[in-house]
Amino acid sequence: MELQVTWFVLWAVLWAVYFMLDGFVIGTGMLHGFLGRSDGERRVLINTIGPVWDGNEVWLITAGGATFAAFPTTYALMFSYLYTALLLLLFALIVRGVSFEFRSKEESVLWRRSWDYAIPVSSFLLALLFGVAFGNIFAGLPMDATGYHGSLLYLLNPYGLLTGVLFVLLFMVHGSLYVAIKTTGELSERARVMTARAWPALAAVAVVFLAYTKQATQLYNNYFKAPVLFLIPVAAVAAMIVIRIELTRRNPHKAFVASCVTVIMIVATGVAGLFPNLIPSSLDPAYSLAIFNTSSSPYTLKIMTLVVVLFLPIVIAYKIWVYRVFHAPVTVESVLEDKQSY
Amino acid sequence: MDVLTLSRLQFAITSMFHFIFVPLTLGLSIMVAYMETKYVRSGEELYLKMAKFWGKLFLINFALGVVTGITLEFQFGMNWAEYSRYVGDIFGAPLAIEATVAFFMESVFIGLWIFGWNKVSKRVHAISIWMVALATNLSALWILLANGWMQHPVGYVMRNGRSEMVDFFALVTNPYGILKFGHQIVSGYTVAAFFVMGISAWHLLRGNQSSFFKASFRMAAPFALVSVLLVAAIGDFHAVEVAKTQPAKFAAMESVWETKRGVGLNLLLMPDELHECNSVEKICIPNMVSMLAFHTPDGEIKGLKEFPKSERPPVLSVFLSFRAMVGLGFLFLALAVIAVLLSRRDLLEKYPLFLKVMMIVIPLPYLANQLGWIVAEVGRQPWIVYGVLKTSEAVSKALDNTQVLTSLLGFTLLYGTLGLVDIYLLAKHARKGPDEDLSSILPKERMRR
Repeated sequence: MELQVTWFVLWAVLWAVYFMLDGFVIGTGMLHGFLGRSDGERRVLINTIGPVWDGNEVWLITAGGATFAAFPTTYALMFSYLYTALLLLLFALIVRGVSFEFRSKEESVLWRRSWDYAIPVSSFLLALLFGVAFGNIFAGLPMDATGYHGSLLYLLNPYGLLTGVLFVLLFMVHGSLYVAIKTTGELSERARVMTARAWPALAAVAVVFLAYTKQATQLYNNYFKAPVLFLIPVAAVAAMIVIRIELTRRNPHKAFVASCVTVIMIVATGVAGLFPNLIPSSLDPAYSLAIFNTSSSPYTLKIMTLVVVLFLPIVIAYKIWVYRVFHAPVTVESVLEDKQSY
Repeated sequence: MDVLTLSRLQFAITSMFHFIFVPLTLGLSIMVAYMETKYVRSGEELYLKMAKFWGKLFLINFALGVVTGITLEFQFGMNWAEYSRYVGDIFGAPLAIEATVAFFMESVFIGLWIFGWNKVSKRVHAISIWMVALATNLSALWILLANGWMQHPVGYVMRNGRSEMVDFFALVTNPYGILKFGHQIVSGYTVAAFFVMGISAWHLLRGNQSSFFKASFRMAAPFALVSVLLVAAIGDFHAVEVAKTQPAKFAAMESVWETKRGVGLNLLLMPDELHECNSVEKICIPNMVSMLAFHTPDGEIKGLKEFPKSERPPVLSVFLSFRAMVGLGFLFLALAVIAVLLSRRDLLEKYPLFLKVMMIVIPLPYLANQLGWIVAEVGRQPWIVYGVLKTSEAVSKALDNTQVLTSLLGFTLLYGTLGLVDIYLLAKHARKGPDEDLSSILPKERMRR
């Protein structure tokens, strides 16, 4: 396989894993006040993601770093073209992270209530902005030889917004399932009910998304060239149906696995259609940012491949280990007992 | 103001703000790891208490370091797209490696450390904070190798209209980057040691839990002394490297205008950029600048006049920052020596004035770190990559003033607020002192063993 193709796959994997992992943190954050009815319950919610949120966010930093190292031209243009959207995203990331860390370090009601607003607002913004950004990447940006002809308002086009809503619902389902398996009793049950209520909306928006993608983007061109690719969106829909089935069977663990697969497959659906572009131009395909015209030199790609092959398996191994250490559900008692908890 | 000025200002504000939190993280992670190791080895609860108390302050500081770091990675693309496109082939690699090798390790093991007190064995728990300390210092290595490349580009060729990497080994063994890394991490250790001593001094002055804070002080003092000595020693070699690779920066650091041999060091000096000379030059130590630059008394210093005006860094700010940084270094050395002597002999409480001084100087090592970066980054101007790419050519073309002005205001407001919140929390928890009651965690840990 050509190195650029390898890096396209790696680039996609980094984003997909990022959304799978941060997706449930974002979802848990969005539902913060809706699921957590008391201070104790809200602390439980933060403590379910406490040990892992930072490690999950590093997938984003790595995805960004990999874009920089492997496709510097795409990195440069994408980040400067989407300046204001990324700025909002950065602010949301910063506020969310600080909220988790600082909320419970002070007793005052006003203090905690402020962070209790900050967490869902920043999390919702993250889901929406990532959706809008990827919707626009799937559809292509208005760019040509003279540069970029869009703006923040341009990004809020119907397809971008639809993808934004899709991400919000997807992470909501994903996050509430995570809460369902990581908590006990009433809180867990509330999360299960929340998932069941959000699921039909997700299913409806996902179907509209897959259909509207045909009209708003060129993504399906690759699919008609290689129909085997259709297995990806089919897997996404199937996994989504499994979520519903396992939910009624009261198997939230299996439902959560299914929602992980759903997130990965939805990202894969978009990315398989993009290839070999990273960001298509909606004005003229000649100005699309593709893996062949924006990549680093073969030497750099080789070095980077070596680094990834050597280190990513180690990273995955210790991440899995730590997830297993924290497999037990979080309870109000366990939070109150532990002075280090959030 | 134009996009270039605003972007430079924004990069300065966001990176300097990020860098308030980094040095303490570098050093305090190691100190907390050492405390916890002592606890695991000896079983003495004092050390557990120390690890918990200083660990809590570590975490409040660490949180802002983490969240403000992402801004820096994004900004290369957002504001410096031309730079990113031009150098991404070689500059992107250390950043991506930093994330893969260091950030994952740091973030995963900090989670294990915070939440794992009752979940893993004592030994594994202590190892997890060592992993955090290692990862933090590793991340410093990679980011400073990246910065070292901007200061002294190596291992690349100009091809396809950009700088392409041809020698990864040269990049990772770039002496400029390695020296910078060495100089930086020990500067971070200095910040942490003075932080621990200063807060301990505050409590000792009030007679709070004096055995706890005396022990903390006693641990930090030799750490400070060794660190300061290393800062100076590595800094000395770093200066030689600067003189060799960035003569214009070195000339600005010492405010030398004319090229000559055996240049002396004026203890009192005031640069006059307008007239290209120094308006004050008093108390000269003969040949000292030449000694610092080349470790020989008659080394030839290239004066600023050797360089066209358009290729000189701003002299006054570089010169003053360098002087102040070195001056602070000497102050830290003196204080560290006294700290070691007094704490060894258990005389700290007899010298309340010294404790007061130690309390007041907490911010100064932070300041010295920031000054060092002003020397490094302002001193590199007008270049963004020394001798290869000018800062003015590196800024994104897709931006307009309003966008960058908005983001600059946004960052200033957000960071200002977060800074206040962080200082408030640090002060609150630092004053509160360690938890007297360890019963909530101890029984379970015993059970596990």
